Amino acid sequence: MEHYISLFVRAVFIENMALAFFLGMCTFIAISKKVETAIGLGIAVIVVQAITVPANNLIFAYLLKPGALSWAGLPDVDLSFLGLLSYIGVIAAIVQILEMLLDKYVPSLYNALGVFLPLITVNCAIMGGTLFMVERDYNLSESVVYGVGSGLSWALAIALLAGIREKLKYSDVPDGLQGLGITFITIGLMSLGFMSFSGVQL
Amino acid sequence: MSQPTIKQVLFDPLFNNNPIGLQILGICSALAVTSNLNTALVMSVALTLVTGFSNLFISIIRSQIPSSIRMIVQMVIIASLVILVDQVLKAFAYSLSKQLSVFVGLIITNCIVMGRAEAFAMQNPPMLSFFDGIGNGLGYSVMLIALGFIRELFGAGKLMGYTVLPAVNDGGWYLPNGMMLLPPSAFFLIGLFIWAIRVWKKDQIEQPSFKMAPQVSNKEAY
Repeated sequence: MEHYISLFVRAVFIENMALAFFLGMCTFIAISKKVETAIGLGIAVIVVQAITVPANNLIFAYLLKPGALSWAGLPDVDLSFLGLLSYIGVIAAIVQILEMLLDKYVPSLYNALGVFLPLITVNCAIMGGTLFMVERDYNLSESVVYGVGSGLSWALAIALLAGIREKLKYSDVPDGLQGLGITFITIGLMSLGFMSFSGVQL
Repeated sequence: MSQPTIKQVLFDPLFNNNPIGLQILGICSALAVTSNLNTALVMSVALTLVTGFSNLFISIIRSQIPSSIRMIVQMVIIASLVILVDQVLKAFAYSLSKQLSVFVGLIITNCIVMGRAEAFAMQNPPMLSFFDGIGNGLGYSVMLIALGFIRELFGAGKLMGYTVLPAVNDGGWYLPNGMMLLPPSAFFLIGLFIWAIRVWKKDQIEQPSFKMAPQVSNKEAY
């Protein structure tokens, strides 16, 4: 149990998807002008991340890993070079399925998330989570924890940034720095703050 | 809009319409690989090639793709190209590909590739799209190489692994700025770069959403 809590804390604070690995930056900057939409997108990312990382873990373990096809009588087959293609396929499919399910059963949440759901397919944080999972050799339960944790880390970061930017628009910024420039510097400062978590060990 | 020329699509993205500085595309991987110049160079080459060729292929089949599944078709083309790059790197530069770790795979979800495929290649003929891809890749590379150069030079006193400023630890005079190798410095540097580009190209400046009201005169204040 302790191992999982430690993994979770590390995924949320120390290895923050947005602030330590710069993943999902495009949407991170584009959709962080309002706190409300930022939180909506954050929740969508948590959900998708929590489903896709374990799903891709299963696919990697039972289809792609060298020797993974031994249950089908093919112990020598190594399909790991197909990894990237199948992960992105799985992500796109899951986002699509989730969109349809939400539309049918939870229309209120579907309306709240709106345009953000399809955007998530091209969010590097999702793909990054899967690739990190493969690289670090997580097993199924670890990958569930990691999926939820890394999704939460991204949601936390975007909500914080949106809060800052909502206040920041009243400030008098030099001309060239207006907009994108000052946003980057803000993220830099946030990232500096999050670095103080490094070394936290449970 | 008249047909843009090859020269235009190739050089416009360098400074006038830089993918990182103005279009907010592809920042994802731009930062993580720039702590030294080597990985930054490899990443730029990889991304430029992938963007160019994905634009080319998508543009060739653009009139055959049904619009409802175009995302998936684009994704598959891009992913196949990235797998090629990944395999080549693993075969010929294994240690580099270890350093780049997941970021080669992340070219797939790099918004530059998708964005240009969607915005340009779907409407324009193959040759033009190819050069648009290369041009945007170059715009990305300019930013990446500049970042890699500054971060490695001031963070470690080296360039491509060769010592330029001898560090104090090795008996030299330069005290390395460790901050440059950490994630936050990349954000600061990009912010400053954007500032510099916008001072030079005034038309890129964004309008503030709130203007400060002029100071009220003293009489009203009292």
